[in-house]
Amino acid sequence: MKILVTVKQVAALDDEFEMRDDGRDVDEDFFEEDLNEFDHYSVEEALLIKEAAGDDAEVVIVTVGDEDTDDALRTALAKGADRGIRVWDDSLADADGVAIARVLAKVVEREQPDMVFTGAQSSDFGSAVTGMALAGLMGWPHAAVVCALEYSPGDNTATLRRELEGGLEEIMTIRCPAVLSIQLGINEPRYASLRGIKQAKQKPVDELTLDDLGLSADSIAPASRVRRMYAPEKGQAELITGSAAEQASRLAEIIKELRGM
Amino acid sequence: MANLIVIAEQRDGELRETSLESIAALKAIKQADDQLAVAIVAADPQAHAGALSVDGVDEVIAIKATDDFQPDLIEAVIVELAKERKPSVIAVAHGVDAWSFAPAAAVKLDCGLATDVLGLKIEDGELVATRAGYAEKVLVDVDFPGKETVLLTIRTNVFEPAEGSGSPKVTEMDPPEADVATTHEGWKPPADAGGIDIGGAEFILSIGRGVGDESNVEQYLELAESMGATLGCSRPIADNGWLPKARQVGQSGQLAANCKLYIAMGVSGSVQHQWGMKHVDTIVAVNTDPEASIFSIARYGIVGDMFEIAEELENHF
Repeated sequence: MKILVTVKQVAALDDEFEMRDDGRDVDEDFFEEDLNEFDHYSVEEALLIKEAAGDDAEVVIVTVGDEDTDDALRTALAKGADRGIRVWDDSLADADGVAIARVLAKVVEREQPDMVFTGAQSSDFGSAVTGMALAGLMGWPHAAVVCALEYSPGDNTATLRRELEGGLEEIMTIRCPAVLSIQLGINEPRYASLRGIKQAKQKPVDELTLDDLGLSADSIAPASRVRRMYAPEKGQAELITGSAAEQASRLAEIIKELRGM
Repeated sequence: MANLIVIAEQRDGELRETSLESIAALKAIKQADDQLAVAIVAADPQAHAGALSVDGVDEVIAIKATDDFQPDLIEAVIVELAKERKPSVIAVAHGVDAWSFAPAAAVKLDCGLATDVLGLKIEDGELVATRAGYAEKVLVDVDFPGKETVLLTIRTNVFEPAEGSGSPKVTEMDPPEADVATTHEGWKPPADAGGIDIGGAEFILSIGRGVGDESNVEQYLELAESMGATLGCSRPIADNGWLPKARQVGQSGQLAANCKLYIAMGVSGSVQHQWGMKHVDTIVAVNTDPEASIFSIARYGIVGDMFEIAEELENHF
């Protein structure tokens, strides 16, 4: 029994940042990189299923990224996943979610997992594309924004809840294997223990190229291309300056005026 | 002439208003000789034809199937429509349902795809979609070289719902064959609010991740009470169980439908949270990060520490 979890190393921006010279992304000097927040939940969900099933279940983490993204992979391994796969080729530098999904589809074909989990979206671009595009390429059953899951290894179906707008949830059964995108709050992700972090360094990570997967640069076509990236116009917020006491005093005035106090 | 298609959505037989926002988005780029069709999959699709017959719509495509949400069926519908009509653009609201089917449909068609689109324009005859990145700190213009069809999911609450009456023709279409892998089993309604009424509150003090620790929450409950405000929160606070879900403002929580004054402390302002604030008259943002996206929608901004401001604020009430 095997669960494949796809993870992404995402970038958050420093308080101040500058664009790259070609104007199509932010200069990476201003990135703070980390494992995507949503992926903590998808990894946890896989680990919970593995632990409930016993030791013959395997959790495999896969990411598409250069060697800097090993950190995200090791973070997931330190939590208890068994092994990792990292795929990279310089031609992936401009890849969008669809192009990444084309790479992941080959990994899924190779690994033949019983389930694939992804985060519901990435916290940097929030496209919510990769997981469901992967399902489309594989022709696998799929559901997005899963906030509760009942599944045991070997089951032909899983029962899940999708988190909809306004706090409503839909209960659904789905045929397996399936690709599920996992929502925040489905579980309480663990922190890696010191021992886990130490062990993660010894865990096997396969480093694959597009060649290894039988892919050419042409076969990973994206579904969109970035024309330009720019800072939005500043909002019209009137800044309240001064000491904390002065700021609070002005805020109190605003509250009293608007509330007729 | 180009064909534009909107995939309208219903939930449990009720048409979603976001369908009209998707229509508005495509109306904005529609040229004089373009044809705009709206497809609806439902148990009784004809029942929704009237509501979808708004200004700018040339055709309603009624597909009689089920009211249950089946991503496999919607994908088959999109693929069929694209093959038959060769549309230049297919649009659907960026709601949770579209998260399930839009990317899968796009790869089956090998078409262009942009999700959570908040702006559309034509540059030198090419479609360009605008979306946000890096937690809303940048905007990104994307295009779709070589793609005959582009599938877009449209951010909700950006385009004003299309209105006015049109007289589109109504066409019936048989649902295509689909290998449906999901079964609708029921609904889980939102948890009981326990008397907390974010929807009805006129004054909300809302706290986000900046509160840091559960033990810090109590002082904001007290501050809210002394100011006559209802305490709200962003998603991480509710997910951690520090406050009940009934206090969560945002797409998966509550809509602050009647709020006149909203003070957001330590809330960065994710799209999902901002959705819950769309009806608020006056927003005040308190955040240590001057680039936090909450400042872009606020009337007043305080770059500062939420604890210092809260402590000082207590002296005034």
